[in-house]
Amino acid sequence: MNGSPFSSSLTLGVGAVLVCGVAVLWLSAVRSVIRAISVQGIALGCVAVLLGVHLHDPALIATAAVVIVVKGVAIPMLLRHVTGGQPLARETRPLVNVPASLVVSAALIFLAFARTRGIAHFVGTTAGTLVPVGFATLLVGFFVLVARRRPIFQMIGLLLVDNGIALVAFLVTAGVPFLIELGVSLDVLLGVVVLGVLAVRLRTDFGDLDLDALQELHD
Amino acid sequence: MALIILLLFPLLGAVAAAVGKARPVAAWVAVGTNCAALALGIAVAVREVQSGPMTGAWGVLRADALSAFMVVVIGTIASLASWLGVRMVAAELADGRSTRARETTYLVLVQAFVGNMLLAVLAANVGVLWVAIEATTIATTFLVGHRRTKGSLEASWKYIVICSVGIALAFLGTVLVYLATLHAGGHSAGALDWTSLMAHASHFNPAVMRVAFALLVLGYGTKVGLAPMHSWLPDAHSQAPAPVSALMSGVLLTVAFYAILRFKAVTDLAVGPAYSRALLVAVSLLSLALAASLLLSQRDYKRMLAYHSIEHMGLIALGAAAGIPLAIAAVLLHILGHGLAKSVLFLTSGEIMATEGTSRIDGIHGLLARRPALGGVFGVGLLALLGLPPFSLFTSELLMIRAEFQVGLGWAASAAMVAMVVIFVAVAGHARHMLFGSGTPPTETVSAGADLARVPVVTVARSSPLVTAPLVVGLVACGVIGVFAWPLTELLRAAAHVVAP
Repeated sequence: MNGSPFSSSLTLGVGAVLVCGVAVLWLSAVRSVIRAISVQGIALGCVAVLLGVHLHDPALIATAAVVIVVKGVAIPMLLRHVTGGQPLARETRPLVNVPASLVVSAALIFLAFARTRGIAHFVGTTAGTLVPVGFATLLVGFFVLVARRRPIFQMIGLLLVDNGIALVAFLVTAGVPFLIELGVSLDVLLGVVVLGVLAVRLRTDFGDLDLDALQELHD
Repeated sequence: MALIILLLFPLLGAVAAAVGKARPVAAWVAVGTNCAALALGIAVAVREVQSGPMTGAWGVLRADALSAFMVVVIGTIASLASWLGVRMVAAELADGRSTRARETTYLVLVQAFVGNMLLAVLAANVGVLWVAIEATTIATTFLVGHRRTKGSLEASWKYIVICSVGIALAFLGTVLVYLATLHAGGHSAGALDWTSLMAHASHFNPAVMRVAFALLVLGYGTKVGLAPMHSWLPDAHSQAPAPVSALMSGVLLTVAFYAILRFKAVTDLAVGPAYSRALLVAVSLLSLALAASLLLSQRDYKRMLAYHSIEHMGLIALGAAAGIPLAIAAVLLHILGHGLAKSVLFLTSGEIMATEGTSRIDGIHGLLARRPALGGVFGVGLLALLGLPPFSLFTSELLMIRAEFQVGLGWAASAAMVAMVVIFVAVAGHARHMLFGSGTPPTETVSAGADLARVPVVTVARSSPLVTAPLVVGLVACGVIGVFAWPLTELLRAAAHVVAP
């Protein structure tokens, strides 16, 4: 890293993506968590804009615009709609409490940096050195998926995984084919929309939004 | 051109279903289009064997022997499943459990599901394959939740969460493969075509390919149902309507495995076969051990079939780990045989559940005495699935084990055989309980928690030959292939050489 305006602003953007991911773990109010996800989507879009300007790649800038609209605005709106009736809902009984979650996330970030340095080195660009942050976001997303009970948090965990992967893809591959760019921006999106449909259906048919209610199928 | 028409058939079936509003004729049109797709698939396979791979749709589609074989498998199972689907739709409408709109959605989604599986195996490009498999996830999520019960909603929730994570990991793996092609000099969109990947794989960076392949096995392996990413499978397969379970277990799992098979060939060229072999042996033995331990104590026959699928995916992964042409040919034969036997069994279990009103093993006695046709098909299907001759699973399991001993995986093959014996004993015990006995109707003294497995008994007359005909056809096909392997020998040989040079 040479301290140029490009690399320092890129680092800032990438860092913001990870910070929003960790924020999901210590915020318990659903409303603030959705806000964190929205900020993360916008930060991800900004990273793509920076890379697009740096590489003079108009297609990447267009993709970035799609990312900001979809992940910064549309998805958070969908999440608010899904939580509809309960604006003050919180995660009251997480499987892993907040302090422990933060310790685990620190360990996961350390792990990501330790294990993916090889790839970062292989890519060899300024952007490439930041690749471990993408993997760290991905792992934090996994942790949210297993450590939180509310269906809304599962959707958010999935989005974190998705944003982490998108970040890796943006940093690793400069000037990717159109198909891949589209995949990056719309990747797990459909899955999240389907989850939204299911969550609404659960609420209308069975009247609650807690995964504890979903423990009938087992051996 | 033929390949585009092949993909148009399911689309045509979907349009017919949407226009026909779930009338029987619309459902029959869907069966017809699936049979037509099968016929065209066979034609493509024959042409491939005679004169090499076909391409279509400006290079987006490509059918080599492996793709052609998978098209035949998909066409076969889709025809069987939609054939029985006609009865299911009619029965659900007749006893008022469902609405016409919901059944229309069901028929359209099944056709979309089949179409996307065909697209996945015909895709020339890694990206298109990924998109098609993602699309199957979306379609099947709603199909699993078709019955709108709490259990089926729970199953579809778990299914989409776990499979979305899986498919995201597969995407990350694909991105890393693209990174490897970039550094090996590929810069166009064509760099991600299978032909281009195979041509340049020896120049790919081994370290990147190792990470990429691990992510691809984890990712696509989630959809295959390999342990430890299997946990969605028993729930989804037991809650989905029978034809959907048949399609998911019979072909969707192996379509996802097809992706692993292709990427394995690329990875082996880049890093040598030892790496992919170690990874596949590990997930395979884990899956077999898990299936064996959970089958012993299984109380639900649809879940029993689901765990049985995990066992067979483990066997297939072990065969793929061996990697020599003989092993791959056996794996492909096993994919077809398992698809036939498993879909027949899921379809039969759907009928049993509709007539007996429970999916619990201890709720059913003397099936053979009371419903000889249904019980007979179920029993024979289980024998096929457990790998007894003359069915094709016997042949393919034998060939896989032989190949594994040839490449020095004898220890793994022996461990697999131990698991198979345990599973044989467990399943045979459950089957004896269900099939034999005095034939007294099940008593109501089943333990608490049985409510979930209880479904309303359908009043429609059901024992028509129309129901048993497709089931018997499927089993006879499985037996004929096992004895003669005749129509397939050339195709299997050619297909094996695509991924095992």
